[in-house]
Amino acid sequence: MTTRSTALATFVIDRHYDAPPDEVYAAWSTPTAKARWFAPGDGGSDYRLDFRVGGHELNRGRAPDGDVYTYEATYSDIVAGRRIVYTYTMDRGDTRISVSLATVEFEATGSGTRLTLSEQGVFLDEGDKLEFREVGTRALLDSLASALGSTSG
Amino acid sequence: MVNHYADLDARFQALSDTTRRSIVERLGLGPASVSDLARPLAMSLPAVLQHLRVLEDSGLVTSTKAGRVRTCRLEPKALAATEGWITERRVGWERRLDRLGAYLDDQQTNRQPKRHP
Repeated sequence: MTTRSTALATFVIDRHYDAPPDEVYAAWSTPTAKARWFAPGDGGSDYRLDFRVGGHELNRGRAPDGDVYTYEATYSDIVAGRRIVYTYTMDRGDTRISVSLATVEFEATGSGTRLTLSEQGVFLDEGDKLEFREVGTRALLDSLASALGSTSG
Repeated sequence: MVNHYADLDARFQALSDTTRRSIVERLGLGPASVSDLARPLAMSLPAVLQHLRVLEDSGLVTSTKAGRVRTCRLEPKALAATEGWITERRVGWERRLDRLGAYLDDQQTNRQPKRHP
């Protein structure tokens, strides 16, 4: 009964950090460091990272709505301290919900690092699933809160 | 490629108010009558109606009148699947990148105790 659909989407996020590119890069390339901010263990979450071209990353955890989400990435291009390119799939339960290409770039600035993250994704078969829209509503409220708390708009 | 940012701006503006956010949160549980929405709010009915008007203008909420009861609901199209997805994914990243910032700050504090605020 699933309505088959695809939706392509792209977004870019820019951040500035008061740390040199090598340090920011290390937070992405070192498994223990990345686990701390990317997959903070909120009980029963599973995180693994094999950081090399062709290597895989896994992050699986239960969302507040009770569903188990699985993120699986494969690293496609790595330039130490400069850029990371990877593809990843996201599953909700046993259902594949998206496939993405992510590019992370690190650029030295006078006082630290400018990080640019871009994601190009195809979101699958979600047209008939109302719960995603509800998640979207909550996310909208959350992002409003963070938008109000920062200068980015 | 999808560009809903103008619409998003209008919605963020509509949601830039605590009362309207609480109305939207309530409607997230399901449709409700105006009086149901007004009950927990410490304000007059006209004030509540004014907030609902802003939410309706932004496209987030629609209402229908049956007899004397006006029922409000979240407008699913306002949060079309793709937009919901992008928002969700983007917000997930914003949160993670905030945590990355906190992690980097910790690292630096450990190394440089005399860090300026």
